Amino acid sequence: MILNVITYICIGIGCVLNLLAAVGLHRFPDVYTRLHAGTKCTTFGSIFLIAAVMIQSISVWVTEGAFSSQSILSIHAFIALIVVMLTNPTSAHAIGRAAHRSGVRPARAVVDDLEKQKQ
Amino acid sequence: MWLPVAIFLAVCILVILIRLAMGPTTPDRLVALDTLNTIIVVSMVILGMAFNEVIYVDVAIVYALLSFVTTLFIAKYIEKGKF
Repeated sequence: MILNVITYICIGIGCVLNLLAAVGLHRFPDVYTRLHAGTKCTTFGSIFLIAAVMIQSISVWVTEGAFSSQSILSIHAFIALIVVMLTNPTSAHAIGRAAHRSGVRPARAVVDDLEKQKQ
Repeated sequence: MWLPVAIFLAVCILVILIRLAMGPTTPDRLVALDTLNTIIVVSMVILGMAFNEVIYVDVAIVYALLSFVTTLFIAKYIEKGKF
């Protein structure tokens, strides 16, 4: 079945991206580079994992009819995806601004334009 | 099909909890907490698909909104030193 193959590919991409986010939090030297790893990888990975859930539940929805419980599950999973995609970059921006204003400097940085702008 | 994905995400959560415990500065811990919240939301959706329960996905939506508010408040606290 072609839908199962697409679902497995989406699950594989999502799991690898979430594992990369977890490893990147340990490998990077700095708050800002850790923010880069932890936010973008989890956003992209959650897009693929919730897409896999939606593909499976919509296929069950189409075969079983309109009033199965999978219809509610697919719509609510889509709402959860929208919420994650809206809130995750906003909180990342807030963390980065708060970290820079609280005095944490980037490690091994040569040019810091935000510091120049403040003076 | 879905339960191994949830176990894999739990392993990722354990790896992130190490960074949450040993982060050198407070923004490091906040970054780890934000990443942890996103992975918890995704694993709640996966568990709702695995056990065929819609209420888990509803809990995931509310958890995402509340963790967003929590992250903004902690970022404001880090920025100014007080609320």
